[in-house]
Amino acid sequence: MACFTATVAEAVIVTVATQIIKKKENNSLSAHKFSNGNAALKSSENEKIRFSRKLMWLAKLLWGGSFLLAFEHLWHGEVVPWFPFLTAMANSESTTQMLYEIATVGVAMAVLLTAVWAVMVIVSNVIEKRKDAVETHNEESAV
Amino acid sequence: MTLLLTVFAAVISTVVWYTRPVDNKLCTGVLCWLFWGASLMWLVDAVFEYAELKAEYFNPAPLDMLNDAFLGLSVIALALVVWVVTLLIKDPDGKVKAALKNKNKK
Repeated sequence: MACFTATVAEAVIVTVATQIIKKKENNSLSAHKFSNGNAALKSSENEKIRFSRKLMWLAKLLWGGSFLLAFEHLWHGEVVPWFPFLTAMANSESTTQMLYEIATVGVAMAVLLTAVWAVMVIVSNVIEKRKDAVETHNEESAV
Repeated sequence: MTLLLTVFAAVISTVVWYTRPVDNKLCTGVLCWLFWGASLMWLVDAVFEYAELKAEYFNPAPLDMLNDAFLGLSVIALALVVWVVTLLIKDPDGKVKAALKNKNKK
């Protein structure tokens, strides 16, 4: 009925969090450069994917899915372009049913998307660590 | 049917993204996020529906199936439109910019 609203809410929170973390990362990066006299960062540090970028993956997944599901709800007449936008808000019985659906299906959707994103982050961390280990090994063998 | 069509679209767009040149001028990542996000969400929807209907879930009425297929194709069309608009706004090759400049010169 309006299950996608749970993922929309999560998408808003994640997008705001991404912007805040991005700002903090930029500030710490410029502070680091200043303290090192603009010296270049270690190549492995430079190549690592920032957490804000990884968090943006979740935001994109949530926004993308929510957008297409919102279209599906529009198709089925559950979402309308006028106030209160959700046809289930017409009476208290259907509103209760809608809230129940958001709490079950909607939350399950948000949990699954977050779990898939967590797996993506773990895999990318493992790949980065492997790359670091190979680089360290190559540097040691060169010396 | 909508889930099935979206999963196919997600797999195809991921293959296109994977085989793209490194610069990714076509912005195919947009399609991947749209289709995978929707596929996972519809998967949850399907699981809940299966829990309610059991085996009946796999025997939909022909008219429902047709409507779902129509919806699935419309969803793919909408995602493709979003992708094209993103591509034109980002304009990685500067073709839109060049076309607008030429128009101004004339």
